[in-house]
Amino acid sequence: MTQQTLEHPYSKYLRQGMIPHIWCPGCGNGVVLNAFVHAVDELQLDLDKLVVVSGIGCIGRIAGYTNTDSFHTTHGRALAFASGVKLANPELEVVVVSGDGDLFAIGGNHFIHAARRNMGIKVICANNFNYGMTGGQQGPTTPLDSVTTTSPYGNIEHPFNLVHLAAASGAVYVARWTTLHVRRLTQSIKKALQKKGFCFIEAISACPEIYGRYNNMRSGLEIMEWFKRASVVESFSDPAKAEITPDRIAVGEFVDVEKLSYEKLLHEKISKINEKAMEQVG
Amino acid sequence: MTGKRALLSGVHFLNGDVACAEGAIAAGCRFFGGYPITPATEIAEHLSQRMPEFGGIYIQMEDEIASMAAVIGASYSGLKAMTATSGPGFSLMQENIGLAVMTETPCVVVDIMRGGPSTGQPTLPGQQDVMQAKWGSHGDYGIVALSPSSVQEMFDLTIEAFNLAETYRLPVLLMGDEIVAHMWERVVIPAPDKIKTVNRKKPTVSRDEYLPFKPDEDLVPPMACFGEGYRFHATGLTHDEHGFPKTSSSEVQAKLVRRLCEKIGRNADKIIRVEEVMLDDAEVVVVAYGIVARAALSAVRKARAAGINAGLLRLVTLWPFPEKHVAKVARKVKAIVVPEMNCGQLVREVERAAKETPVYFISKLGEDPHTPMEILEVIRRNC
Repeated sequence: MTQQTLEHPYSKYLRQGMIPHIWCPGCGNGVVLNAFVHAVDELQLDLDKLVVVSGIGCIGRIAGYTNTDSFHTTHGRALAFASGVKLANPELEVVVVSGDGDLFAIGGNHFIHAARRNMGIKVICANNFNYGMTGGQQGPTTPLDSVTTTSPYGNIEHPFNLVHLAAASGAVYVARWTTLHVRRLTQSIKKALQKKGFCFIEAISACPEIYGRYNNMRSGLEIMEWFKRASVVESFSDPAKAEITPDRIAVGEFVDVEKLSYEKLLHEKISKINEKAMEQVG
Repeated sequence: MTGKRALLSGVHFLNGDVACAEGAIAAGCRFFGGYPITPATEIAEHLSQRMPEFGGIYIQMEDEIASMAAVIGASYSGLKAMTATSGPGFSLMQENIGLAVMTETPCVVVDIMRGGPSTGQPTLPGQQDVMQAKWGSHGDYGIVALSPSSVQEMFDLTIEAFNLAETYRLPVLLMGDEIVAHMWERVVIPAPDKIKTVNRKKPTVSRDEYLPFKPDEDLVPPMACFGEGYRFHATGLTHDEHGFPKTSSSEVQAKLVRRLCEKIGRNADKIIRVEEVMLDDAEVVVVAYGIVARAALSAVRKARAAGINAGLLRLVTLWPFPEKHVAKVARKVKAIVVPEMNCGQLVREVERAAKETPVYFISKLGEDPHTPMEILEVIRRNC
């Protein structure tokens, strides 16, 4: 009998030297990475033309794990950096994977403007309701009354409803799933990767070690049970009404429209001006 | 994306901002990301019109933080990229200037200095960002900053800034001021084939062998770009030659940060440019830069006419600081005069290099730079 070394069918999508990842047991970030890798595999995307960009935070380390061109930017600036990448080479598929604090607190301005421009970037946000990397502080998506290391008496800030924000800012595709909805999350990522323009996918992600610890959900399983209990599939319902509460997490696809992307409009304009300029030269 | 529209050449009457924009195009810049700010706005306006004619990209970002980030992204996609701003915007760019340093991104940042701090004097000149150019982003790093004294130099030094950025893989800062940006002067532009441009070194090895942050002997690593099949990683975290984070190793940190400093320090002689005027027999020398150097030149000529052996050392390169040039001058003269449009910034470096030689600082703030007579008076008093 000869011994055979079997390679995992998805190992080519990951930088083996960087594994194991830094994420805690029970964390949802691995599920997000898994869904992304499956989407890339199902579409058989050219890995040489795929760029993964991330900001700072737990999920921000994902750029180091995917076997693609990748860049780990300063805190909050992934989308602004990615805009430069996409415009300078529109052939590249540019995916930003980052957290709720990175994309919507420090990076909030870049998010609304990249969406408004309909920049051809696909954004996957792992929303774990707090700043995990720095030890669990309150952030822009922390639910009311949640306890964090900087809201020890309960959070009094109203959280963002990210799908509403993305829809209002002009995204052409908006979806929300939890890390319990692995298959549907994968399908949404796939859909986004096939669309032109600014696409946003929110992946509600479990953070048992930090967020869960302070909010009576000490294990990954308990958080998954919450996702199961509270999730309601309400595709194409009003994003304004998709606020997350302890009793209800509206999930599904919220926006799927067609609109010319920024890079398409820009490069059409450039070709036209360039042609005219060449005519003038004669 | 190759445009055929002719580059500007011949003799033109331009303002400094437009000359800078044309210099960028001549240097091969094909990406501009910026945000409007006086007195640098005309650079953006001019490039919004000219870039598309060359198949290049102009984008107005939502702020200066985003502008700098987009410039780094475009450079990693393979384009020569630039932004232009003034004091408040320059402050906002600092964090990502550090990212560009750390990820060794060739790019150009133009700072048209106005009076600060804060919103300060948007329409008036200043030289108050000179130390910020050196120390603005946190951490230790080497940087290159150039100081144009004329509209001609706004053109010439923009090209030089790109060439240095591409050679050494870092952000190069063009530190203009409101006067050189807004005044109109004659500019002589050579034929395009006479303009020297430099492109970044590309890797010569296969993907498996490529280490994105492994330097050559000149301390600069060859640069692959996104989409070329190298599938490499870059991060603002402390990283090894592979580009991956190694944040707990003091060895990796020391090696990386020292190289980021030394690739400029060790190449300083090749980078630094100064203009030496009547230094041979000089007893008093004015060390000046930017628009102030023109008043200084006039003062030196007047002093000579009055029988005083005066000279001018004009610093074209501010960083790395032309230490050897200042030290050499200091050994021969009785006094050094440093006029600056600030409360005393580069004069500290001059004092350091001049050692025992007395240095007389002339500070000016507000509307006008120094007059030649103001500088002449200090020359007279100290000859």
